[in-house]
Amino acid sequence: MKTIYLDNNATTQVAEKVLDAMLPYFRDLYGNPSSMHTFGGQVGRKIRAAREQAAALIGAQPEEIIFTSCGTESDNAAIRSALMAHPDRRHILTSRVEHPAVKSLCANLSRQGYRITELPVDKDGILDMAQYERALTPDTAIVSLMWANNETGVLFPVEKAAELAAERGILFHTDAVQAVGKIPINMKANAIDMLSISGHKLHAPKGIGILYVRKGTKFSPFLIGGHQEKERRGGTENTPSIIGLGRACELAAANMDTENRMVLLLRDKLEAEILARIPNSRVNGTRLYRLPNTTNISFEFVEGEAILLLMDDYGICASSGSACTSGSLQPSHVLRAMGVPFTMAHGSIRFSLSIYNTEEEIHFVIEKLPSIIERLRSMSPYWNVGDQACSAQ
Amino acid sequence: MWEYTDKVKEHFLNPRNVGEVENPDGIAEVGSIACGDALKLSFKLDENKRIKDIKFKTFGCASAIATSSALTEMVKGMTLEEAMKVTNQDIAAYLGGLPQEKMHCSVMGKQAMEKAIENYKGGPPTEPATQIICECFGVTEREIEQAVRENNLSTVEEVTNYTKAGGGCGGCHDAIRQIIERVRAGAAPVARPKLSNIQKIKMIEETIDREIRPSLKKDGGDIELVDVIGNRVLVATRGACATCKAADITLKHFVELKLRDFVSPELVIEEVTT
Repeated sequence: MKTIYLDNNATTQVAEKVLDAMLPYFRDLYGNPSSMHTFGGQVGRKIRAAREQAAALIGAQPEEIIFTSCGTESDNAAIRSALMAHPDRRHILTSRVEHPAVKSLCANLSRQGYRITELPVDKDGILDMAQYERALTPDTAIVSLMWANNETGVLFPVEKAAELAAERGILFHTDAVQAVGKIPINMKANAIDMLSISGHKLHAPKGIGILYVRKGTKFSPFLIGGHQEKERRGGTENTPSIIGLGRACELAAANMDTENRMVLLLRDKLEAEILARIPNSRVNGTRLYRLPNTTNISFEFVEGEAILLLMDDYGICASSGSACTSGSLQPSHVLRAMGVPFTMAHGSIRFSLSIYNTEEEIHFVIEKLPSIIERLRSMSPYWNVGDQACSAQ
Repeated sequence: MWEYTDKVKEHFLNPRNVGEVENPDGIAEVGSIACGDALKLSFKLDENKRIKDIKFKTFGCASAIATSSALTEMVKGMTLEEAMKVTNQDIAAYLGGLPQEKMHCSVMGKQAMEKAIENYKGGPPTEPATQIICECFGVTEREIEQAVRENNLSTVEEVTNYTKAGGGCGGCHDAIRQIIERVRAGAAPVARPKLSNIQKIKMIEETIDREIRPSLKKDGGDIELVDVIGNRVLVATRGACATCKAADITLKHFVELKLRDFVSPELVIEEVTT
C-alpha cells in the first residue's frame, strides 16, 4: 500500500539531496571538527559552510547560529538563558497555545517560583495585541511566542510583538520550528532576540536543531562542556546532521517561493473539497494568517482517533487533536484555548502537506474521506441525518 | 500509536450490531460528547427472557467502538442475570486485552449494560443519589468505588485509566485517593496480586507446560489452550484425551485444580472443540 503522508508538521521526509550531502560524513569523513589534523579540519570547514547556509535562510549572520540537538533544546536554552541574564526578573510571558517544549518548561519554572502569563487566543487562534502589550512588565524576563502554530498553522505577529518587547528592554524568543522554510524570515529586519529551528521539520534529519541568538544578546549556555559553538553549546558536533541541515536550509531558501505556491494550491484544494463534500465540517483557526501547508478540520459528532485509524487503512497519514490520540483525556490544549466546542474538538484532523505531495494523492484523500466520516457518523449516537440541515460554516 | 490487538482492530473495522433496536425492552445512554466517548445501547428479549437482539451506537475512539461491538456479541443469548455478571474485564479479555489507558472503554460498556437492564426493570433511569467526584468528566463516587473494587485498582492513575476520573484538571486527585483507601480497607484482603490478562494467560500456559502436560502425556493425551475469557479457561483436548470418556473428570479435578493452585482460585475450566 502506498503511503500518503500528510503529517509534515510532525516530521518530514529527509530530502534526497540532504541525505547525499550527509552520507560521506558517516562513512569516510568521520573526523572531529575540533581536531588539529587536516582529516578533522576539513569537516570543520563543512560545518562553517552549513552555518552560513542556515544563516542565509533567515537573514542572520553565521555567528548568530548555534547548532543544538532539536527544537526542544533550543527552546529550553533560550528561555533559561534569558532567566540567567536577568536574575532579578521573575516573569515569563507566553501564550496558551505553545508547543509543549515551551509550555511544559514554563509550567516547570512556575513551580520554581517564576510567574507565568499565558496569553489567551480568540476563537480563530489570534492574539489580542493590546492585551499582549499590557502584559509586558518591568519584571518580564522573556517573552516566548511561537511564530506558527503546529496544530492550526496560525501565525502570530511575532515581529510586531518583538518590537514592543524591545522598546521595553525585554528579551523576545520565538519557537519558529513550523515557520522556518515555509515563510520568508529576515532577522535583519526584526527585533527578535532568539529563534528556535528544528531540522526534521524542513527535510533535514531528526536530532538536529538551531538556536539563533542575536549578536549582542547575553547568552548562558544550556549544555556546558567543550568549546564547541563558541562555548555556547558543549558537546561534539553532530557533523552529518549539521551538514544535512545546512543543505536543507539552502534548498529551502532557493525553492521556498515556487514550492510553497504549489503546496498552498494543494492544501487549498484539499480543504475546499473536504468542506464541500462533508457536511458539519469546519476549519479550526483563521484562514487569513496561516502557514501554506496546514489545515486543521473538525468533523462534528465523530472522534479523531477513529478517523485516523480508518484513514490509516488507506495508507493516509495525518494527526488529530482528539483526546484519545493525545494520551490524555482531553482534546488538544490549542483547540481548547480557541474554545472549539466539544462536538468539534474531538473530531479534529490536521493535514500538513509538503513539497512531496502530489495532486493525485490529494484526490485520493478527497475521494476516501467522505465515506470514512459517513461510516463513523452512522455509528454515532449524536448524528442524525437531519443535522445536515444546520451545516457548519 | 496505540497497541491494539487484532481482535480490537477487527471489531473496530467490522463492528457487529450497530444501530438501535426497534421497540426495545431496555435502553441506556452513558458518557457524553464532552467527555469524548458515549454509548447508546438498546436490547430486546425473547420469550425465554434471553437477550434476542442488542444494538449499539457509539461516539468514540477505536477501542470504544470495539468494546461496544464485543459487548453486544458477548451478551446476545444471555439472560439479564447473566448479562449483569459480565464485567469490564470480561469485555477487555474477549478482545484479547486493551491498553491500560483505554480500560475506561470497557467500563463504559459494562455501565451501559447495567443501566439498560435497570431501565428494563423499570428502575429509575437516573443514577441513585451519589456525589460527583470528577467534575471534568462527571464521574460519580459510586462509579469510582465500583471500578476500584472490581478491578482491584490502587492508584489515581489506574482510576483515571478505568473511569477517566481525574484525567482533566486534576482537582479531584485527593478525593480519589481517599476513595481508593476506603474501598481497599473494606475489601477482603486479596491473597495474590491482581494479574493482567497477559500475565494470567502466560501463567496459565506455563502451568500447563510445567504441571499439567507432562502428566497427560504419560497417558498419551494432551490439551491445548484456546482462549482465556475473564476467568474462563477454554481448552481443547488432544491425543488420547480427545477420545477419553473420563477426560472431563481429568479437566475438572486435575487441570482446573492445578490452574487454581498456581494461577488464580477463580479460574473455571471449559472444554471447547476446535
